[in-house]
Amino acid sequence: MSNRYIPHTEEDIKAMLEKIGVESIDDLFADIPSEVIFKEEYDIPSSMSEIELRRHFKELADKNENLIVFGGNGVYDHYAPSVIPHLLERSEFYTAYTPYQPEISQGTLQYIFEYQSMICELTGMESTNASMYDGATSAAEAMFMMVASAKKKNRVLISATLPEHVAKVVQTYAKFHGVDLSIIPEKDGVTDLEAMKEMLGAGDVAGVILPSPNRYGIIEDFTGVADTIHAAKGLMAMYVDPSTLAVLRTPAEWGADIACGDGQTLGMPMQFGGPYLGFLACRQSLIRKMPGRVVGVTTDGSGKRCYVLTLQAREQHIRREKATSNICSNQSLMALYATIYLSLLGVKGLREVNTLAADGAHYLYSRLIESGKFHPVFDKPFLKEFVVKTDLDINKVNEHLLRHGIMGGVDLGDGRVMFAVTEKRTREEIDNLITLMLEA
Amino acid sequence: MSKIEEGCRYAESHEWVRVDEDVAVIGISDYAQHALGNIVYVDLPEVGDELEAGDEFGAVESVKAASDLYSPVSGTVVAVNEELEDRPEAINEDAFGTWLIKVAMTDSSEVDKLLDAEAYAKICEE
Amino acid sequence: MKYYDKLIFELSRPGRKGYHLPADCYGVEALKEIPSDLLRKEDPELPEVSELDVVRHYTNLSSKNFGVDTGFYPLGSCTMKYNPKINEELAAMPEFAALHPLQPAESAQGALELYYNLQKALSNIAGLAEFTLNPYAGAHGELTGLMVMRQYHIARGDEKRRKVIVPDSAHGTNPASAMVAGLEVVEVKSKPNGSIDVEDLKPLLDDTVAGIMMTNPNTLGMFETEIMEIARLVHEAGGLLYYDGANLNPMLGKVRPGDMGFDIMHINLHKTFSTPHGGGGPGSGPVGVAAHLVDFLPNPRVKKDENGKFYIENGDKSLGSISSFLGNFGVMMKAYAYILSLGKENLKNVGPMATLNANYIKESLKDDYLLPIEGACKHEFVFDGLKDKSTGVTTLNVAKRLLDYGFHAPTIYFPLLFHESMMIEPTETESKETLDEFIEVMHKVAKEAKEDPEMVKQAPHTTLISHPDETTAAKKPVLSYRQMKG
Repeated sequence: MSNRYIPHTEEDIKAMLEKIGVESIDDLFADIPSEVIFKEEYDIPSSMSEIELRRHFKELADKNENLIVFGGNGVYDHYAPSVIPHLLERSEFYTAYTPYQPEISQGTLQYIFEYQSMICELTGMESTNASMYDGATSAAEAMFMMVASAKKKNRVLISATLPEHVAKVVQTYAKFHGVDLSIIPEKDGVTDLEAMKEMLGAGDVAGVILPSPNRYGIIEDFTGVADTIHAAKGLMAMYVDPSTLAVLRTPAEWGADIACGDGQTLGMPMQFGGPYLGFLACRQSLIRKMPGRVVGVTTDGSGKRCYVLTLQAREQHIRREKATSNICSNQSLMALYATIYLSLLGVKGLREVNTLAADGAHYLYSRLIESGKFHPVFDKPFLKEFVVKTDLDINKVNEHLLRHGIMGGVDLGDGRVMFAVTEKRTREEIDNLITLMLEA
Repeated sequence: MSKIEEGCRYAESHEWVRVDEDVAVIGISDYAQHALGNIVYVDLPEVGDELEAGDEFGAVESVKAASDLYSPVSGTVVAVNEELEDRPEAINEDAFGTWLIKVAMTDSSEVDKLLDAEAYAKICEE
Repeated sequence: MKYYDKLIFELSRPGRKGYHLPADCYGVEALKEIPSDLLRKEDPELPEVSELDVVRHYTNLSSKNFGVDTGFYPLGSCTMKYNPKINEELAAMPEFAALHPLQPAESAQGALELYYNLQKALSNIAGLAEFTLNPYAGAHGELTGLMVMRQYHIARGDEKRRKVIVPDSAHGTNPASAMVAGLEVVEVKSKPNGSIDVEDLKPLLDDTVAGIMMTNPNTLGMFETEIMEIARLVHEAGGLLYYDGANLNPMLGKVRPGDMGFDIMHINLHKTFSTPHGGGGPGSGPVGVAAHLVDFLPNPRVKKDENGKFYIENGDKSLGSISSFLGNFGVMMKAYAYILSLGKENLKNVGPMATLNANYIKESLKDDYLLPIEGACKHEFVFDGLKDKSTGVTTLNVAKRLLDYGFHAPTIYFPLLFHESMMIEPTETESKETLDEFIEVMHKVAKEAKEDPEMVKQAPHTTLISHPDETTAAKKPVLSYRQMKG
């Protein structure tokens, strides 16, 4: 029976069976009807040694290509400082469960408290939870929060400029939960605010979700929007890129009630889609409607400062079908990731990340327009991501780029293509990208 | 042993009702506060909300439990105890002296259908 | 070692740096082109610390934590098994870590192959037709599975099926997931031994039933022996059976959920397949379905064409998307490595050895602790507190006293069927010596409860902090450094 992860020797088994008072291990399964017992072998490969396992993973790895990434669309190739993986590999962190025993979980509880503090700083919001699965599901939970707060209203609006992968998930959640979800149309690449006003007119809207930057990388101007939504007795939620909040106006500064988004941009590996980090923050008054675990500071019996999970009576393990959400796991270790990242960079570093990315993106934009093969689509402010139009065959261009180890812009259809630049890209890479596209 | 007040009527879900003309003053019993432990939060409706007898009107939370509140009578909420926002522990200190909401009843005969102190005491013993 | 309790914010000194980025050589000033109305007015207060400050701070914090690598973690229903180290290393391989989820499929064939292979392996282990790996966690898997259930009924034009039957002993996520999926929860009673009361179930099975959610073994660690009868009844009524994979571990090598009649299930890769719990996540909650439900699985799906090439497909009968991309891929890599490490020769021993360990502890302790249900348990079992109730020592007291002895506490006060529930799950990765140490300490605590009950009630005595004031924390929540400073 023994294997490197199963320590039982024949002698152990014999002694244990004796203590239990049965003849064989099968006796422990005697209550199971024999018709359901699985009598075959699993159809999976034979046990691999570490050497074989490494070889197998290397073979798979060789079928992947690490590209120079100019695509974004919600996932960005930001730099991950070396310190982070080293600290994340502290197994006291990663082999722990949810911190239900605060006496022996102060490490986890404190970093979540620090994480919460930093998310509040970035978004300007007063409270936040211990993290969500990803940005898209955090937006869906923001929708539920708004409906729960409005009590009798069941209609939510999302902007057509919300990133596509986010809108899709919000739509799925709305469909099954029974939220009446409507899409505010876009105009010139931004939310059509006149249309939104009209849609709010009936007074039946619980809340609105608006993006910054939006699905085209545009920084939308939401001046007066919070007042309009609040006048219609609705709540305003914003889907934001937390990395950009070192420089861009915050959800709180726009007057939003809820902020949500994806922490992948805080230097997390792209990892083919996850794990990332959803975050959800809100005004203090909405805190009882916020799903998920929350950590608060308190004192212990001898007066020492310490941290505990709090507001648990909102959660599924106590409230069952009356809970604010079914969420149980968070993305704790990724919250630690974000916390270490933000500690290392600080506000100055995060501003530098944005400056480098934005300068690179604007440099690429100008060079593309200058080439005469690419044309402006929206004349709107952007940071690290933008859309241009081209007469070139985007498919052909991107295939050519791929052969040179580059992930080109994201094809949005109708000749529109969207590029993203991060601090990891260099001027040489950008110049090379342009040369390759023009020769394709 | 928890207190039971003679002059009140009770719902099986542990709310008490005291009638003041057509207004029902509603709280939770000493037995209920005891079962919950330290109360940390009370979720109450808004003034003007309409309730039917049996409707959920809020919840009481302790650190690791929560209990929904059900209106024993039908009517309109005319007052909510705002003191509880800052001092939810008032319920632990004096459950019968701490009201949650006041409801202008549409049918005061509903009160007669509620349990009297003796009948409620039996439920608590079970 | 000295007691460390600083916050990273308290180490901050203006002007200190923990980063170094390349110089800007683009010759443009993009931020100046953005209208000032769109820019942040007031800086966020983030720490300004050196790299060493950060490294020491988080290393110190890690030492205030207890993980599986620290010691025995018998947390019932959480399957705290050993997290193999090689899995961490493999998941960090840059060839996977640096893949953009939207890069062309032809440039990510290795990742897609891994995803596909894991789908296939899980399908075989579960006895179901297909899996999606997109759900991020157990509760997310439940939600996804219930969406599949509803989508199936909707596709058949049978929209009135909105009721989902959940045992009263179920974990809280079951009813909560049903609520989120737009289903109405109906509770079915448990018999005194914790299994579903079939007589109580029968009257619930009408033409509004969408399905039933179950775990097997159930929350008490006991196998639901009437499962085939339950499956027949639910199917005859037109409903589907959902299997909550939280308790899958003891079934490895013994029973496949699909063979018991389940149509839909989720697996917690962070329980059964050894991926770390990460202090609460990230997890991964793959969902498997029987053949007639495959089309309803969430998008995107990973498939293989006749030439052996892997591709991503978005099906039009799908319930929609439930994740940004393909789920927690990094977690899947670890589960895949685990399955290959054990292989078909060893994976089948997981269930039997986990079951052996649980029964060994149960039988060794039942003289001191109240065992409400006799008979062979599976991977876990529940005590209803100490046998001797005269001391006033509660399950909470025992749990806290265990911390003094260097063990993690069991799951306490769940399931709700007993007042003093203490749920113990050792997993198969623990050796007899570890179990013996735990058993010895449990006996010792029972003895202490008799001889010095006040001391046990005051536990823990040796932890870094003790008796945190949770009431004040909940009454006046302080959730950030800014709020703490006032």
